[in-house]
Amino acid sequence: MIRIANGQGFWGDWLEAPVRLVEDGPLDYLTLDYLAEVTMSILQKQRQKDPLLGYATDFPPLMGRIAHTLKQRHVRVVANAGGVNPAACARAVRRLAPELKIAVVAGDDLLPRIDELFAAGHSFENMETGQPLAAFRPRIRSANAYLGAFPIAQALATGADVVITGRCADAALSLGPSIFEFGWRQDDLDLLAAGVAAGHIIECGAHSTGGNCLDSWQTVPDMASIGYPIIEAEPDGSFVITKHAASGGRVSEATVKEQLVYEIGDPRRYLTPDVVADFTSLHVCRLGDNRVRVTGARGTERPEKLKVSISYFRGYKAIGTLTYGAPDAYQKALAADQIIRERLARLNLHFDRINSEFFGVNAVQGGVVTAATPPVEVQLRIGVRGEDRAAIERFTREMIPLVLSGPPGATGYGDGRPAVREVIAYWPALLDRSEVPASVEIVQ
Amino acid sequence: MKIPLSRIAHARSGDKGDLCNIGVIAHRERDYPILVRTLTAERVKEYFGCLVLGPIERYELPNLGALNFVLHQALDGGGTISLRTDAQGKAFGGAILLMEVEVDERELDPQP
Repeated sequence: MIRIANGQGFWGDWLEAPVRLVEDGPLDYLTLDYLAEVTMSILQKQRQKDPLLGYATDFPPLMGRIAHTLKQRHVRVVANAGGVNPAACARAVRRLAPELKIAVVAGDDLLPRIDELFAAGHSFENMETGQPLAAFRPRIRSANAYLGAFPIAQALATGADVVITGRCADAALSLGPSIFEFGWRQDDLDLLAAGVAAGHIIECGAHSTGGNCLDSWQTVPDMASIGYPIIEAEPDGSFVITKHAASGGRVSEATVKEQLVYEIGDPRRYLTPDVVADFTSLHVCRLGDNRVRVTGARGTERPEKLKVSISYFRGYKAIGTLTYGAPDAYQKALAADQIIRERLARLNLHFDRINSEFFGVNAVQGGVVTAATPPVEVQLRIGVRGEDRAAIERFTREMIPLVLSGPPGATGYGDGRPAVREVIAYWPALLDRSEVPASVEIVQ
Repeated sequence: MKIPLSRIAHARSGDKGDLCNIGVIAHRERDYPILVRTLTAERVKEYFGCLVLGPIERYELPNLGALNFVLHQALDGGGTISLRTDAQGKAFGGAILLMEVEVDERELDPQP
């Protein structure tokens, strides 16, 4: 049996979690998932400004902080912290944690080859809209294929203490160690599916240990020191989800099931680069306090093509707010919204969209859920987006004047005008596997 | 009788681009047939109204006592494009739990 934990569900997750995982109990592998869909474009932008950046900068200091414990306790790390610049990430880790041996998995970055790939006839049709990518060529900011778990296993075989990847399937971070330890092969479809299910359960960190859980959340113990999830993986593919004994939070059938259905489509076809996992084959069973066993995973042949995550420039947006108190808070906010829209219309500005929300009434559940009594305080939140930066800039001047020239009592404008932000949007596509050769390099 | 869905189920929602998915899980496995019967894709589509512009698909996971709903064009473009506060659909799971479902009183008996 090996223990594989996840200490970061995204870049910005709780900094103490990975430290607690390596210090507070037994562990063999620490995985860290830093990359959300749009993170790559942010990193690409940073790299364009500075060729030494483009990776998750939280990672090297973390390695420096825990290097001694990792060595002492024989814990190895697998992290997609490399972003769009795994080599620079590796050098930074080397500087802060010289005692760690590092291997880098590369090959996911398609941006330098994008024109060559277009020329070879790859159209990168948008998986959601069907549009071909070519017309958006000047707007492309990043393009990365999702690599699988086998290159990670290969990197572990070099004896590295730390494996740094760029874009790879989230579940691959923890599947890689199982492949390496148990010798699972490409045609061990059920075993790979088990590893994918386990990886999916832990990839969002405390999402499977009581965080963001709608099953009696009030009773989740000691969330302030919530434990992050650990897989106890067996060579036969069965596994237990647990957490360190002294930590807070809860591992139950409910917390595991909630994460299994998180961000999935057809549960019979959970697609990864290594296998198609069938989540309807899984049996979830409580073994004891904070121990849940998962068995029965079934898998089918991996997809022929790899998923590619592309980001592209999609104009600008700005979001502004004004807050109103009683009496008539909602009515005042509604009136303010009408005044602003009327003023914008008279300026003949073009926006792709104007969206108004009323906090306290319909901001996050769109009016689906309603209250019997009127709210005593309401925040008006107006967002605009479009291609014309000047129009968005002008919108940012139209909120605050209402403090003096609109309904009474407008407040909450202390931060001044809202900022105009670039919109970098996500473009999912597919690409032939043969176009994406992954490589493993040891960093000396 | 009508009860809020939260009495028999819990849920979690998330995003993939402009898609939102909501997993709804029965607290007790024996209540899964109530979910299958009452939570049709049409009913869920009607419940979310103009918040969801596209179609809704429903998938069954009898092994987990769960249903998965995939809501298309549900997040005002999704991700960074969306102007919504809840651009990632995080609050949809809580919203669906307040939906009223019709059950027979005997179905809620504490004993099987």
